[in-house]
Amino acid sequence: MIESDEFVKSLQHMGCNFFTGVPDTILGGIIAYLMEQRLYTPAVREDEAVAMASGAYLAGRIPVVLMQNSGLGNSLNVLASLNLIYRIPCLLIISWRGFQGKDAPEHLVIGQTLPQLLETLKIPYRTLSLETLTEDFSWTARTFMDQRIPVALLLKKGLVKTVQP
Amino acid sequence: MLGPEEGVMQSRAQAMEAVFSLITDQPVIVCNGFPSREAYKIRDRAQNFYMIGSMGAAAGIGLGVALERPHEKVIVFDGDGNVLMSLGTLATVGALKPKNFIHVVFDNEVYGSTGNQPTYSRVVCLDKVAKAVGYVNVERVRERDDILYEFKAMLNQDGPSMLLIKVNEQIEDVDRVPLDPDAIAARFQTALNRSSTR
Repeated sequence: MIESDEFVKSLQHMGCNFFTGVPDTILGGIIAYLMEQRLYTPAVREDEAVAMASGAYLAGRIPVVLMQNSGLGNSLNVLASLNLIYRIPCLLIISWRGFQGKDAPEHLVIGQTLPQLLETLKIPYRTLSLETLTEDFSWTARTFMDQRIPVALLLKKGLVKTVQP
Repeated sequence: MLGPEEGVMQSRAQAMEAVFSLITDQPVIVCNGFPSREAYKIRDRAQNFYMIGSMGAAAGIGLGVALERPHEKVIVFDGDGNVLMSLGTLATVGALKPKNFIHVVFDNEVYGSTGNQPTYSRVVCLDKVAKAVGYVNVERVRERDDILYEFKAMLNQDGPSMLLIKVNEQIEDVDRVPLDPDAIAARFQTALNRSSTR
């Protein structure tokens, strides 16, 4: 398991400098650290977060949107009819609730279909793991810059330390 | 004294032309549908970001730009249908209180780009919602002179501000915006970066 500040510093090392999103327990530690550093702008919906991130990108920032995978559902239209066609990139950090069917019922369908949803939308993604973290981040930076579209990193429970709700 | 509902109602294009007459080099994010097409026809400029999809996202995009450009006014041209679709974004604006954010809402009370189906803005006053969530300056107007007076004031005041303009349902005879989406983004980005390095 890695510390939240270490995770955020890796993102900053890639150049990420605008952070928004909607919370999830898996993301709790990361958001707490970002808020402590006054780096986080909360959104009320995930599609709003993606829209804000897009505006920040146009103004010169490298944006990150944190969301639970349920929020990907909320964001499908803005990703499809804004980011993908205008070539406005952002880094989506999506917590993977319902992974392998082990979660509350509301997470199971989206948890099972998450990779296919991203593949259908043609959003490149990787599932983060401790062993591949460095390589995952450099792949992310490369893909973001080369393709100029949203790139997703899936975050499973237990990789980054979180806060207890 | 005449109330704001008693003057002569403008078309959205007329109202937009009045607002544009006071805009110099400020970035403008225009919501999807006919408002973008009309803005392109009335005054195309590199500082206009035309949305062709992602209904409801104009204020969110404008907010992102405004947060990163605190020293210049950022203007959003929105519609009542768009605002209603992302009513939560009004709360985000009201909470974050970006002083440089001006939200111009052309309120024709219909989904004009899809055949004039009525919206709830006929009964829900979006200006009152904006006031309730913390917009600092909120004005509801319909006449050209009032549009000019209030918008000019908002350009010189700390916001966030909302100018709600009641307009009629008339739509201009305009084509789709003939620019590719990625060209719209690239052009807008270049214009923004140029203004920041001045």
